[in-house]
Amino acid sequence: MTTVQEHAPNPAAGDPGRPIGFGRLQRKEDPRFVRGKGNYLDDIVLPGMLHGAILRAPVAHARLVSIDTSEALAHPGVRAVITGKDLQALNLAWAPTLSADVQAVLVTDKVRFQGQEVAFVVAEDRYAARDALELIDVEYDMLPPVIDARHALDADAPVIRDDIEGRTDNRIFDWEIGDAAETEAVFAAADVVLTQEVVYPRVHPAPMETCGAVADFDPIDGRLTLYETTQAPHAHRTLYAIVAGIPEHKIRIVSPDIGGGFGNKVGIYPGYVLAVVGSIVTGKPVKWVEDRSENLMSTSFARDYIMQGEIAATKEGKILAVRTSVLADHGAFNATAQPTKTPAGFFSIFTGSYDLKAAYCKVTGVYTNKAPGGVAYACSFRVTEAVYLVERMVDILARKLEMDPAELRLKNFIKPEQFPYANKTGWVYDSGNYEPAMRLSMHMAGYEDLRREQREKRERGELMGIGVSFFTETVGAGPRKHFDIVGLGMADGAELRVHPTGKAVVRISVQSQGQGHETTFAQIVAEELGIPPESIDVVHGDTDQTPFGLGTYGSRSTPVSGGAVALVARKVRDKARFIAAAMLETRPEDLEWEKGRWFVKGDPSAGKTIAEIAFGAHGTVALPDGIDGNLDAEVTYDPPNLTFPFGAYICVVDVDAGTGHVKVRRFIAVDDCGTRINPMIIEGQVHGGLTDGVGMALMEIIAFDEDGNCLSGSFMDYLIPTAMEVPDWETGFTVTPSPHHPIGAKGIGESATVGSPPAIVNAIVDALAPYGVTHMDMPCTPARVWEAMQGRARPPV
Amino acid sequence: MQISMAVNGDEVTREIEPRVLLVHFIRENLGLTGTHWGCDTSNCGTCVVLMDGQPVKSCTVLAAMADGHDIRTVEGLAVGGTLDPVQQGFMEEHGLQCGFCTPGMMLTARALLDRKPHPDDAEIRQAISGQICRCTGYATIVRSVQWAAAHPPGWDTETDAGTDDGGAAGTTAEEVTA
Repeated sequence: MTTVQEHAPNPAAGDPGRPIGFGRLQRKEDPRFVRGKGNYLDDIVLPGMLHGAILRAPVAHARLVSIDTSEALAHPGVRAVITGKDLQALNLAWAPTLSADVQAVLVTDKVRFQGQEVAFVVAEDRYAARDALELIDVEYDMLPPVIDARHALDADAPVIRDDIEGRTDNRIFDWEIGDAAETEAVFAAADVVLTQEVVYPRVHPAPMETCGAVADFDPIDGRLTLYETTQAPHAHRTLYAIVAGIPEHKIRIVSPDIGGGFGNKVGIYPGYVLAVVGSIVTGKPVKWVEDRSENLMSTSFARDYIMQGEIAATKEGKILAVRTSVLADHGAFNATAQPTKTPAGFFSIFTGSYDLKAAYCKVTGVYTNKAPGGVAYACSFRVTEAVYLVERMVDILARKLEMDPAELRLKNFIKPEQFPYANKTGWVYDSGNYEPAMRLSMHMAGYEDLRREQREKRERGELMGIGVSFFTETVGAGPRKHFDIVGLGMADGAELRVHPTGKAVVRISVQSQGQGHETTFAQIVAEELGIPPESIDVVHGDTDQTPFGLGTYGSRSTPVSGGAVALVARKVRDKARFIAAAMLETRPEDLEWEKGRWFVKGDPSAGKTIAEIAFGAHGTVALPDGIDGNLDAEVTYDPPNLTFPFGAYICVVDVDAGTGHVKVRRFIAVDDCGTRINPMIIEGQVHGGLTDGVGMALMEIIAFDEDGNCLSGSFMDYLIPTAMEVPDWETGFTVTPSPHHPIGAKGIGESATVGSPPAIVNAIVDALAPYGVTHMDMPCTPARVWEAMQGRARPPV
Repeated sequence: MQISMAVNGDEVTREIEPRVLLVHFIRENLGLTGTHWGCDTSNCGTCVVLMDGQPVKSCTVLAAMADGHDIRTVEGLAVGGTLDPVQQGFMEEHGLQCGFCTPGMMLTARALLDRKPHPDDAEIRQAISGQICRCTGYATIVRSVQWAAAHPPGWDTETDAGTDDGGAAGTTAEEVTA
């Protein structure tokens, strides 16, 4: 069932007509943030705390010959200088990654990317620690680097990972999915076959707060308290227990307020481990916070996929099949944070929103002398790359067939009656109704008028482009049986306690980085129990306080943890029925639920509210057998499937023919994330993702020179959109609930980041059609657009 | 060296190293952690504070340069427990998500509204163009500042008194910005 609305309902806060659960609601976390009272990692100060700083390699590939730390150690205020050799003695020089590889915590044998961690200084203040870095003398023996992934598998390419016994090349994995023979048969018989190399360059999440940690090891009881910028505190705790050998019950991970994550704060970085080692060595709490250059040069990048796209269709425009071969640059260590069984993440959703006869893809992952990482920046585990590829290929097909790109998409959508829809690469799309979303976006845009305006402008030699994209995401991993990270099933827990006076606390395993969990999850409980959101506290980000779960990334908080919270509230509601029956001296089956209370069927005046029932549970009422004296419950939710949000985006650009400058004039985004919990927060998530899209499409790239020097190591070089580069977003929505999710909700956090880059690039290529341009790679900077107009399109650096 | 300045109306005097940045002085010497830092290169504006009423990037100002000046941080926005309309506007219009850039954004907005009480959207965008927000996409920040412009200090005790729960809460952003 799909409903279509142009604008989100906007009931006033405090409006008596406002629903108690779902609806627009001001955020519970905002009062502290607007007063400057957030508590971010660098705000944490512990008694006697020392400060750490990391010496990083200035080169991309070199043997480590020697390190002399004597002068640094003698510097005033310095308490310790730790090198790879010291870590070797502790068996901590290498740490496992999230992708069954290992990564050096500090270099012991050779440097494998510029910015790699070489030594760690602990000092009394951050200025002294930084000063001491300059006093460490390191001698390197230079090696030729592998920078371009296209040459990583050359016969004469240097072997980057000679630390792994028996390794003779830079291949990490080959992975394929789909039926190659079936796909080849469809391609061979097709009227139209088009190919295009599509590059998604390396970009970076660059949250406003960089990564950091405060480690506090208590040598007396062997307890480690670790404050960290992490999106996944529980998974980190388990990994530290495995890596450091500290018993898991002696580890407490606290993830305080997080200043943006976007995937950057999923993995375990050497800096975190070094803060722990520093605290163990000095016996004091140690804080480590990276600077912006360290963040851009060494922490999880995103994308870096070179994709050979192919699309097959009839001459009437029926898309038959897609096929691709991908070269995936994973950097020097395979440290992508993704489910174990899917080395290319969820890239196999590259079949998009279309009903195809066949599909096949092959992904080859390689090592290069660049920073490790790979799944980050709101990418939904590589759905970003997948959607970009298919949406570019569909546009290329539209151009070839001289069809309108919106009409071509409408012609090929999976139809509503085909859901649940099993695609050709193993996904079962839970629900969808694509045409109304596409039509709504076209209506909001005034699509026909825009095309008319474009024709008139072209006659005057002005460059205006209209770009369309339609995306389907797959978000919310589990199910456990299919998805795990280092063996941990991707489920999430929730615990709910209703206090005697009817106020409640819900404890969740996911961690907000700005998504507003303290509000959204309170609203879910409110919807289920009928107590107001302001009476419900949401506790998160502390492993001592919350149940186990895999954390926030891949748009999984609402699909997984949101399901857990709805179910735990229902469990409480079910228990409340028994207690209410005891209080009313009737049978549970004689009671009926209305939001907030159980009452006797046929006698609405005889009932008990949740608050009354909570007091009864803790009071003196004789409880039935098997019902203990509280109104608490806990669950772990293992979702039966992922959720498949979708959306239709239209972008209008104007290109300056003289300079190649692209102006995003309008952007229309229609999203469908199923049931909408808080429309205000959803709109905010979409706006942020659209801005990410403008950044990636127009300006963001982590570039390297041929020696492996990172050319994007500061915000002077790595450009991020400001208020001047983005338009006033135009958003709309449709509602197609997920059939299996307890409240019908799907993820929304990454939809716009996934869906917007192809809309923008499609618009730019459309604007440049008079110049014969059929494709260009991101970022579409003025220089590159201008070069494309001169017939000299070049791939990104 | 010894420096003195007024911070949120309080006179402070401290002994510092001459190289200490104002952002570190505010955060670490004074313990006012509402001011953040994000880039070290004066690009992100997370560290913006008001110096004599003007927005400055405190990562690019030495604490010594603030000697004798008047500094206002996010902690000084609310007066006597009453939120500045800018703070209220950011809550009303969802002008923040992770909250990290928010103090700097709000201080720039305050300086803008002091100079120009009724800016248009383009002027707001221009004013915050030296600051990066990675979460919101800026549109809701613009709406937040417009909310503040429509509700100058004391608004709730004047013309809007008697409307439901804060007047503009029941209207859409479009109506406020029109």
